[in-house]
Amino acid sequence: MSSELETLYQQLILDHSRHPDGFGDTTGWAPQSHQINPTCGDDITLALRLDGDRIAEVRWQGSGCAISQASASLLAGLVEGKTVPEALALASAFREVMHSRGRLELDEERFGDAVALNGVSKYLGRIKCAMLGWVALEHAAAGV
Amino acid sequence: MPTAQEIAPLDEAEVAAIRDDFPILRESVRGRPLVYLDSAATAQKPLAVIDAERDYLLHRNAAVHRGAHTLAAEATYEFEEARATVAAFVGADADELVWTSNATEGINLVAYGLSNAATTPGFDGLRIGPGDEIVVTESEHHANLIPWQQLAQRTGARLRYIPVDDDGALRMELLDERVTERTRVLAFAHVSNVLGTIAPVAELVARAHEVGAIVVLDACQSVPHLPVDFRELDVDFAVFSGHKLLGPLGIGALYGRRELLEALPPFLTGGSMITTVTMESAEFLPPPMRFEAGTQRISQAIGLAAAVHYLDGIGMDRVAAHGHALGNRLADGLATIDGVRVLGVGERVGLAGFDLGGVHAHDVGQFLDDRGIAVRVGHHCAQPLHRRLGLTASTRASASVYTTEAEVDFFLEAAADAARFFGVSS
Repeated sequence: MSSELETLYQQLILDHSRHPDGFGDTTGWAPQSHQINPTCGDDITLALRLDGDRIAEVRWQGSGCAISQASASLLAGLVEGKTVPEALALASAFREVMHSRGRLELDEERFGDAVALNGVSKYLGRIKCAMLGWVALEHAAAGV
Repeated sequence: MPTAQEIAPLDEAEVAAIRDDFPILRESVRGRPLVYLDSAATAQKPLAVIDAERDYLLHRNAAVHRGAHTLAAEATYEFEEARATVAAFVGADADELVWTSNATEGINLVAYGLSNAATTPGFDGLRIGPGDEIVVTESEHHANLIPWQQLAQRTGARLRYIPVDDDGALRMELLDERVTERTRVLAFAHVSNVLGTIAPVAELVARAHEVGAIVVLDACQSVPHLPVDFRELDVDFAVFSGHKLLGPLGIGALYGRRELLEALPPFLTGGSMITTVTMESAEFLPPPMRFEAGTQRISQAIGLAAAVHYLDGIGMDRVAAHGHALGNRLADGLATIDGVRVLGVGERVGLAGFDLGGVHAHDVGQFLDDRGIAVRVGHHCAQPLHRRLGLTASTRASASVYTTEAEVDFFLEAAADAARFFGVSS
């Protein structure tokens, strides 16, 4: 296996995809957003429980590849406790790195374990996978 | 006639010689030799096709069916020769073969023709409406489903389908219940693009014709891989694309039984498909030109004829035997990997779809790409079938005349490694 592929599928990514954080039934939660990746049919419903302007809890469900599942799992851990504007700023920084074709890296101080997703930006076909949960977060938060 | 199984597959030297005609097969991917197992999505093109298009564009390019100059006459002659060549390849006469952009356009041409029948003066014989039924199958590609959903919505007809069983096989015991006196159209794929299995065409056609329904065959995955004779199959309409047939992109064809094409009103209208035009109305040319509005895809038609000549040179019975052998090698090899579920049962072309122990197809595809192996991942434009099989997505390896046994084995080894890497097997 090439080292690039090992960078993409780090153990942390595989672990998060198998045992995701925040995964659960979103029925009745608001706000929430359902996002689909039309090329593969993957889908995520991501919901927020808000305490004022603060995200008290993130819950999501759906099916997808290891990258999309791990990304949503890491997202859940990252944005809980943050305000909506802070979470949106994080989403926007995440997007910029993902679309950088490997030129930029996620800031470890802000993104913690999620820096394991850095490798994705070298794989054009996988950016949408990593973004799926984050797009759902943006749409859910837009309704606030 | 001997069956495909009795005809020898292509031997190693023959495939090696064929590969020399496909320069792209010498490309590398991520530093690894390309192993192209995505021919069911689009096939690679032999030099004969690339050269035919290039030669036409370099020396004879002109618009067809108009102009008095020599180039235009030569272009028209070649364009119509190409039609005759491709028509003969599928057992049709030249005037029964309509050029389209692709197979999707061919199906839409029929579906829109049928709904236009209600409002086109002189063409109401094929009118379809409330009380009528259109029947498809649960395993169709979206291209052979959505145009019929839309036709039903436009006309008030009802869309029904023949379901599949847990293996994806058509539930033929329901055929008589689903295809009835109300059925006007039965549309189905000759070979499933997800499963690679061959539909029981004779039985489906017999029932459709028994109740007076029109049969529309999606032949995208059969024409490139099997000897196909639409007249022998007794279908009424059939579509296929050029780019899966070693030919150029941007061209496909619709076959139509002569009397049905004559009764079908046009889909796209405009130049080149008329006889007399006034400011109020127009009279249409007979088929096939009635269905070919606008400037045509001439170099593509010539390229497609070259592709058909190329396949005829190998012999479609040998092509089919090669495909069957590789398809079985793929399916049998995958079945030995722990946790792999091979999709589809029965006779198959050189194609195998599978699920790797619930590992997402994108992850499988990424792992294989790392070794230079190109496969298709996703729902393959067949969401209802995947849903029925309990999957969101699957991985598909598909072969063509240039695929070797060694490539299949290399892929199988990589699939087994992927199973270990993603923790499906130890």
